[in-house]
Amino acid sequence: MDVVSKVLMNSALEAQNYKSITVNKHIDLEYDLGTLLAVDTNDFDEKLLRSNTNDYLLDLARDNVQLLLNRIWELPTERVDEAIVVKLPPPKTVLPRCKPVPKPRPLTKWQQFAKEKGIEKKKKDKLSWDEQLKKWVPLYGFKRAQAQKDKDWLIEVPGNADPMEDQFAKKAQAKGEKVAKNELQRLRNIAKAKNVKVPRFGLTNPDVSSAKDLQAAVTVAKASTASLGKFQDKLPQEKEARGVAAITPGASRKRKLPPVSGTQERSENLNIVESVLNKKPKIDIEKAVARQINQEQVERSEEKKNERPKAGRGGKKRSNPKPKSGKGQRKGKTGKTNGRKRR
Amino acid sequence: MSVLQRVVKPFTRKGKKVLMKREPQIIEGPKKAVFFQGRKCSEKLRRLLKDMYDIKKPDSLMLNKKNDITIFENVTPVENICKKHETPVFLMGSHSKKRPDNLVIGRMFNYSLLDMIELYVESFEGLREFAASKISLGTKPVLIFNGLQWEQTDKMRHLKSIFIDFFHRETVDAVRLQGIEHTISLNATSEGKILLRSYKVLLKKSGCRTPRVELEEIGPRVDFALRRTRLPTEDLIKEACRKPRELKVIKKKNISTDKLGTTHSTIHVGKQEINKLQTRKMKGLKKTPVEKKAERAAKKRSIKVNKEEIEPVKKQKRG
Repeated sequence: MDVVSKVLMNSALEAQNYKSITVNKHIDLEYDLGTLLAVDTNDFDEKLLRSNTNDYLLDLARDNVQLLLNRIWELPTERVDEAIVVKLPPPKTVLPRCKPVPKPRPLTKWQQFAKEKGIEKKKKDKLSWDEQLKKWVPLYGFKRAQAQKDKDWLIEVPGNADPMEDQFAKKAQAKGEKVAKNELQRLRNIAKAKNVKVPRFGLTNPDVSSAKDLQAAVTVAKASTASLGKFQDKLPQEKEARGVAAITPGASRKRKLPPVSGTQERSENLNIVESVLNKKPKIDIEKAVARQINQEQVERSEEKKNERPKAGRGGKKRSNPKPKSGKGQRKGKTGKTNGRKRR
Repeated sequence: MSVLQRVVKPFTRKGKKVLMKREPQIIEGPKKAVFFQGRKCSEKLRRLLKDMYDIKKPDSLMLNKKNDITIFENVTPVENICKKHETPVFLMGSHSKKRPDNLVIGRMFNYSLLDMIELYVESFEGLREFAASKISLGTKPVLIFNGLQWEQTDKMRHLKSIFIDFFHRETVDAVRLQGIEHTISLNATSEGKILLRSYKVLLKKSGCRTPRVELEEIGPRVDFALRRTRLPTEDLIKEACRKPRELKVIKKKNISTDKLGTTHSTIHVGKQEINKLQTRKMKGLKKTPVEKKAERAAKKRSIKVNKEEIEPVKKQKRG
């Protein structure tokens, strides 16, 4: 017992030597522990502030920091690499961002299509074993081009091809075109995402443009008059380009692509049905009035026709309707119930 | 894989990385600050800029050339500087006869000006004038705002927000207890002065777990006074303060956690149909032929009654 009381006494004495950590404030501070921030709305001691500014501010800051740290030391702690770390709550102060909130990236045409169709990307291995080269060949990138070159050191000339044609050059050109097409599609996707209008096609270069392009250009040019091509002559056997309704003035698009998804198709069909069912007849007032008058006249003449015979014969109505066959109850012989009379 | 929405593709992988980094992020890092001089700059201001640069250091950038900028007339050159260096915060020091010792502190949003405040530097004592040992680089300071004035006017509220944005460095979810070693105290007096003091925190023994705090001034010691301001419109600040949907905490219904950390939840189950419940089949519970007959008769009767109920209506219609 003696030892315990001694230790307690010592610790109490020691505690007296230290300065206290409690601070009294008239109004409590506002804390934002997430940003390590405290706001003191108490009034300054004007006298002290004026006479001994820096010391006063130091004392004030010390008190407030003490209060804030008292709070922080109460938070749950963790041990990370021999350092005691305290978990802070999320900050209360809202600070502006430096850039706007990122928007979801618009899908490319292919991505959109794949999403609608439920096509998922298959994961391919970066390396694949090539039987011909007896080597692991990457799917793309470093060492891929060399592997392709090694594989294509000899190309067979197809049977129906011109023997003098350079098959290597042909292959290279095909690849170049593929790259160009991909680039075009990339740009088109960007234009679509940024809502930029891009001309669909036009006559860029007579060497490049095809007969189809020329036909399209002629069709569009013919329609581009003040009267939308109404008075333009036609050549014998001239055909109109198809699929240019969007860029031809005055033309209406005829064909539409079939709907991709089932729900879309369903909603389109339902819309058609609804539009048919909800149709209200147009009222042509003149016609309606004429019809009404006509009907009245017909009725009147009919009445006149009916009135005349009333004076003469007939007119007497049967008290009960004429009996019809097969309705009445037969009082036949008991033995025979059914069957016709045989003669 | 995300596709870069750029017409001109980056040539190198590094270039692509840089561009990706510049795109808007959901969680943004610390705001970088750029420090530069205006047309003319006094020695005092130059030292102040240097000290502020030192305080902000890993996220700061000092430009040494003078710039012919009158910022309140034309903001574009400052916007260009900030865009070039990717710095959403700027500090500009200038000195003129009309406005001596002028410090402009401002923020950018989406590469255009959000808000800026002009301050007059009344007195300044730099880091060098204090003999105390300095703090380690890049520590998150404790911010103390004293005075009623911070909440009273729009200007002061914005200035407070700017100061927090400038000094707080980065939003963190955890902090090392021994790493709290810097305090910045900002005092708004009733005379309209703003007093900035910076202290080193000394954690002393107190006889209990929480240490006793002692402070030691390390500078800079600056007295500001407000001058011109340009505050953002409400729409702009609202747009700038928007929280991304990914970071918003969506509260789940009917789930709660008590003080012990146990999760409680309510499950709603539809009403049970006891009448149709299939219980154990026993011979004794089976219906006898007599009962079955009675049931059938009752059924028939009920159908008949229904028919009679319907028919009188028909008769009425005929009559």
